Amino acid sequence: MFDEKKIEEIKAGRENWENGKVKKAIDKFPERKEKFTTSSGFEVKRLYTPEDIEDFDYNEKLGYPGQYPFTRGVQPTMYRGRLWTMRQYAGFATAEESNKRYKYLLEQGQTGLSVAFDLPTQIGYDSDHALSEGEVGKVGVAIDSLKDMEILFDGIPLDKVSTSMTINAPASVLLAMYIAVAEKQGVSKDKLRGTIQNDILKEYIARGTYIFPPEPSMRLITDIFEYCSKEVPKWNTISISGYHIREAGSTAAQEVAFTLADGIAYVEAALKAGLDVDDFAPRLSFFFNAHNNLLEEVAKFRAARRIWANIMKNRFQAKKEKSMMLKFHTQTAGSTLTAQQPDNNIIRVTIQTLAAVLGGTQSLHTNSRDEALALPTEESVRIALRTQQIVGYESGVTDTIDPLAGSYYIESLTDKIEEEAMRYIETIDELGGAPKAIAKGYIQKEIQNSSYKYQMAVEAQEEIVVGVNKFQIEEEQHKDILRVDPEVERLQREKLSQLRKQRDNEKVDESLKKLGKAAEGEENLMPFILEAVKTYATLGEICDVLREVFGEYEQSVIL
Amino acid sequence: MDRPIRVLVAKPGLDGHDRGAKVVARALRDAGMEVIYTGLRQTPEQIVAAAIQEDVDVVAMSILSGAHNHLFPKVVNLLREQGVDDVLILGGGVIPEDDIPGLKEAGVEAIFTPGTSTKDIVEYIQTHIKR
Repeated sequence: MFDEKKIEEIKAGRENWENGKVKKAIDKFPERKEKFTTSSGFEVKRLYTPEDIEDFDYNEKLGYPGQYPFTRGVQPTMYRGRLWTMRQYAGFATAEESNKRYKYLLEQGQTGLSVAFDLPTQIGYDSDHALSEGEVGKVGVAIDSLKDMEILFDGIPLDKVSTSMTINAPASVLLAMYIAVAEKQGVSKDKLRGTIQNDILKEYIARGTYIFPPEPSMRLITDIFEYCSKEVPKWNTISISGYHIREAGSTAAQEVAFTLADGIAYVEAALKAGLDVDDFAPRLSFFFNAHNNLLEEVAKFRAARRIWANIMKNRFQAKKEKSMMLKFHTQTAGSTLTAQQPDNNIIRVTIQTLAAVLGGTQSLHTNSRDEALALPTEESVRIALRTQQIVGYESGVTDTIDPLAGSYYIESLTDKIEEEAMRYIETIDELGGAPKAIAKGYIQKEIQNSSYKYQMAVEAQEEIVVGVNKFQIEEEQHKDILRVDPEVERLQREKLSQLRKQRDNEKVDESLKKLGKAAEGEENLMPFILEAVKTYATLGEICDVLREVFGEYEQSVIL
Repeated sequence: MDRPIRVLVAKPGLDGHDRGAKVVARALRDAGMEVIYTGLRQTPEQIVAAAIQEDVDVVAMSILSGAHNHLFPKVVNLLREQGVDDVLILGGGVIPEDDIPGLKEAGVEAIFTPGTSTKDIVEYIQTHIKR
C-alpha cells in the first residue's frame, strides 16, 4: 500500500516522536496503564501508522461491498439503500400477551419480529410437564401447540413481516407450526421470510437448551436445510450464533472462531447428508454480539466476513457469491448491562449499536436498560428501539459504506482477529471439528478461562465497570419492572387440557406413530413433523416421540 | 473445623445461563473450598440428594430465568424434610429486590445479584457457615 521509502520516512518520524515528545510527556504524566489491551488480549499500541498495514493489499483484503471477500459489507449499497432490520427480541407470558407486544412494536416502526420462547418450549416440554413448573411464560412466550401459534400471529400478515425465532433443539416443530399458521392465512411457504436459530452446537457450548445428542440433532438440522431449500426458499435455516458464546464470557476473537468452527461443522454435516453446498449455503446466517469495545467490535465483524468468505470459497468450493456472504444479526451485549444505575445501560447500548452498524449488521436487537433486573418494560423497549432509530437516521454513520475502513488501527485489528480466529479454527480442526472439541470440553474451557479472567480483572479494578466497581451511588429500589403473572402458568395448563380433549386424538396418535417410524429410518422428518403439528399434536408430544428414538443429550460438566 | 468448606453449586430449573455459577464455583475453589458443580437442569430433588450425598456445608443456587420464587424455597423445604438444617443456603442471579425478603423468609439466607464481587461471596460463606 505504501512504498518502502515512504515507510522508512514514517518509521523515522515515529521514532523521533516517541523519543522526543512522547518521552517528555510520559516523564511528566505517566500513562493511565502500563499496558492497554482489547478484550481478546491484544496489546493496543499508543499510535497506529502506515507501518502497521505496510503489506496491506486493498483488493485482496477489502475489495468492494457486495463482492468477495465481503470485508466491507454484503450488499453493494449497504445502509444507503435500506437501513438494517430493527428487530426487538420479545415474548413473554401467553400468546395473547405477546401478540399485543408484537403489534405494539410494529406500530412503533419496528421492521421485523423476533420471537422469544419460554424455557419449556425451548426444551420441548409442554406447560403441564413437571419440569415446566415455575418456568411457564417467564423468559418468553409459552407455545404448546399450533393453537398457541395461531394466537401469537393473529392479525399479523406473515407474507408482510419477516420473523426470527429463537428456537434450537425443537426448531423443526416451531417452523412447522409457523408454516401451518401461514397456510391458514392463505400465505404459501415460498413467501415466508424469517430465521430459525437452529444452532444446536452453541447450545452444548454455552446456552443450554439442548434436547437430543449431537448426531440426531445434526440430522434434524440438515433435514431443515434440505426441506427449506425446496419448499421455503426465502427462509434462513440457521443462525449460527456467537452471541451466547460471548455472553458466556469469550473474547471477541474467540466469538468469531468458535462460531465459524460451528459453521464449518454444519456445512460438513450437510455435505455428508448429500446436499450441494450452493443449495443450502446461501440460507446460512449468523448472529453476533455487540460489546463495548467499539473498535475491536467493528474489526470483529469485518474479520468474520472475510474469514467466512475464504472458508466457503476455498475450503468448501462454493461457487455462488451468496454462499460466501456472511450475513448476520446482532444483539447488544446483555452481560454488559448493570443492575446498578440502570439508565447508564442506554449509553452502553448506544455504543454497541454503533459497533454493530459500523460493522455492517443486517439486523439488530438493542437491549433495554432494565434487563439486568427483569424482562423489559414497554417504555424501556421503546427507548432501545429509538436508540437504533437515532443512530440510523441522525448520526450520519449510515451515509457511506464501512466508514472506518483504512484506519490503521481498524485494519490492523481486523487482521489480528482473523489470525487469532484462524489459529483456533486450526486447533479445532486438529481435534476433529467442533462437535468433538465440544465433547472434549475444549471450547467450553477456553471460554470459561476468559470469563474468569475478566471477572478477576473487574474485581482487581483493572477493568472498570461504571456504577459497579467505580462511581457507585446509594440507590433506591427499582420499582418499575415487568413481572409475569404466575396465573399465566395455570391458564396455559388449562388451555392445554382443553386442547387435549377437543382435538381428534386418533389423528394425533397416528401422526405421531408415523413420525416415530420415520425417525427410526432416514427420511426427511420435516413433512412428518408438519403433519403432526396440523393435528394439534403438542410440542411436548412430538419431542417425546423423538426422545424415544434419539435419546437425550448428557451434558459434560466442565469446571 | 479441620476440613475445607464443601459447597454445592447448583443450577435448578431449565435455565442455561451458567457463566455466573461457574465463575463463583471457580472463585470458591480458588479460596480453598471444595466445590461440586451440578451442571444444568437440576430438579430440587436432585439438588437435595446431591447435597446430602456430598455432605456439603453450603448449597449455592443460581437462576436467571425468573423461576427463583418457585424453585429456591422448594429446595429449602426438601432439605428440611430430610432433616437437614445446618446447611447454609444461598441464591444468586437476576432476582428483583422485591423478591428478596420473601426468599429470605423461606430460608435462603443471602441473595447475590448482578455485580456482586466473588470476594463478597467467599467472605459471606466463611463468616456464616453453620457447621
